[in-house]
Amino acid sequence: MHSAHPGLPEFDYVKPASLAEASAFLKAHVGEARPFMGGTDTFVRMRDGFWKEKYLVDVKHLEGMQDITYDPAAGLVIGAAVNMNRVVASPLVKEHYPLLAEAAHSVASYQLRTRATIVGNICNASPAGDTTGACIAFDARLKVHGVDGFRFEPLQTFFKGPGKTVLQPGDIVVSIHFPPAPRGAQGKYIKLGRNAIGDLSIVGITVLGYPDASSSSGYRFKIALASVAPTPFVPAPAEALLAEKTITPALLEEAAQAAMDACKPIDDVRSSAVYRKAMVRNLTHKALVDVWGRLSAAAR
Amino acid sequence: MSLHRINLKINGVAEQVDVASNTTLLQMLRDRLALTGTKNGCAAGECGACTVMLNGEPINSCMILAVECEGADLVTIEGLAKDGQLDVVQQAIIDQGGVQCGFCTPGILISARALLNRNPDPTDYEIRDALVGNLCRCTGYVPIIAAVKQAAQMQKQAAQ
Ligand SMILES: Cc1cc2nc3c(=O)[nH]c(=O)nc-3n(C[C@H](O)[C@H](O)[C@H](O)COP(=O)(O)OP(=O)(O)OC[C@H]3O[C@@H](n4cnc5c(N)ncnc54)[C@H](O)[C@@H]3O)c2cc1C
Ligand code: FES
Ligand code: FES
Repeated sequence: MHSAHPGLPEFDYVKPASLAEASAFLKAHVGEARPFMGGTDTFVRMRDGFWKEKYLVDVKHLEGMQDITYDPAAGLVIGAAVNMNRVVASPLVKEHYPLLAEAAHSVASYQLRTRATIVGNICNASPAGDTTGACIAFDARLKVHGVDGFRFEPLQTFFKGPGKTVLQPGDIVVSIHFPPAPRGAQGKYIKLGRNAIGDLSIVGITVLGYPDASSSSGYRFKIALASVAPTPFVPAPAEALLAEKTITPALLEEAAQAAMDACKPIDDVRSSAVYRKAMVRNLTHKALVDVWGRLSAAAR
Repeated sequence: MSLHRINLKINGVAEQVDVASNTTLLQMLRDRLALTGTKNGCAAGECGACTVMLNGEPINSCMILAVECEGADLVTIEGLAKDGQLDVVQQAIIDQGGVQCGFCTPGILISARALLNRNPDPTDYEIRDALVGNLCRCTGYVPIIAAVKQAAQMQKQAAQ
């Protein structure tokens, strides 16, 4: 049949009846099968010929995959198959983790977000992933089902390189778990794309700040940068400055400079490395000023 | 490659189709069911020409497998008019001159209908935000945005 565009290459669609069956299947077909959520990364990789999977293993229907739950003591749990529009629209997310809704809203378009998931964004391990920074800032963990049963993986140690994670054959992320958001937290996600909305990021800046009596400044800031390193990047020196020294306008500038100095971006089709670095400084500064403005207003 | 028999409702009509694993919903609509109002612009999730309404939500039909649509309730551009009566988004885009070559129009209209379902009184920004995934190479978007505003007005008046 004639088609103006190449379709998807041949593969078998597999829909296991349980997590145990899914993990066993994935383990038995190493290099030939992968878990399948929205497919928005997977289809692109397969159409472009980079991935040649024999099987896509649909796990979206399995237990817990479609649920969003919140408990003040335990925090927020988002099932791996919950699409981004549901995250953006969730009153629980809006009330307790607005930074996450803001980041998810910045991904692609409404109709793509009917498919795209946060867990897919994370497992795809692109440094450009828009929602990864907010998940890192909130100290989220992934609940993983493997051939040996369930375990949790923290995001701090999850990413190994572009497209590479600690996940092993047979592993399926079932849900993402956010501890209760720090009291008084304020967040900001700034995405710089080639268009005002709807593009992958040239840089993406996530900032979360909150009062913290255990740090000398009285505050703690979490910063995560997208598209500036092979993995989502946390500029630790900038975070340390903001924890240790009294927060002043000059310190916000110093921290933004430290974020820029810490990252080593590359040149690619979306931007040059030099421009990326400059934008990390300017936009980290902008995000810090915005978050600090709201934190200090709340303290008055 | 395995074949899958799926049952779904398209524009209110029950359909049964045998599809291969790698058949997208877009391919099934156009090549199997001759519902060619839904367009194939990029087959990569970028252009929105293939947008259809799946269980009430707009989705890129090039980014979902047909086999995943078992039991689904689907509305395509062919199902937007009811009993010979155009949907207000269709009437408004005609009134505003928001169609030139027309290739983007089916997707735009599905996105617009979905927006007005979830938000009957959208701001300009909300309209642009809802249409980010629908590229138009002809109109410059201005008449399209005006059409969605007009459709919102028409919908409000009809409800009164
Ligand atoms: C047109 C277009 C625009 C885009 N724009 C953006 C953008 O603006 N910002 C952005 O960040 N991304 C963007 N993306 C990329 C993509 O949409 C996101 O990364 C999305 O969140 C991926 O989610 P998914 O559910 O579709 O993942 P899938 O494609 O289903 O999966 C992605 C990868 O993760 C693995 N995986 C998925 N789920 C699991 C699981 N439960 N357990 C283990 N492994 C799993 C898969 O095996 C695969 O390797 C865009 C993509 C397209 C096509
Ligand atoms: S054809 Fe589906 S988005 Fe372009
Ligand atoms: S009218 Fe031609 S693409 Fe929109």
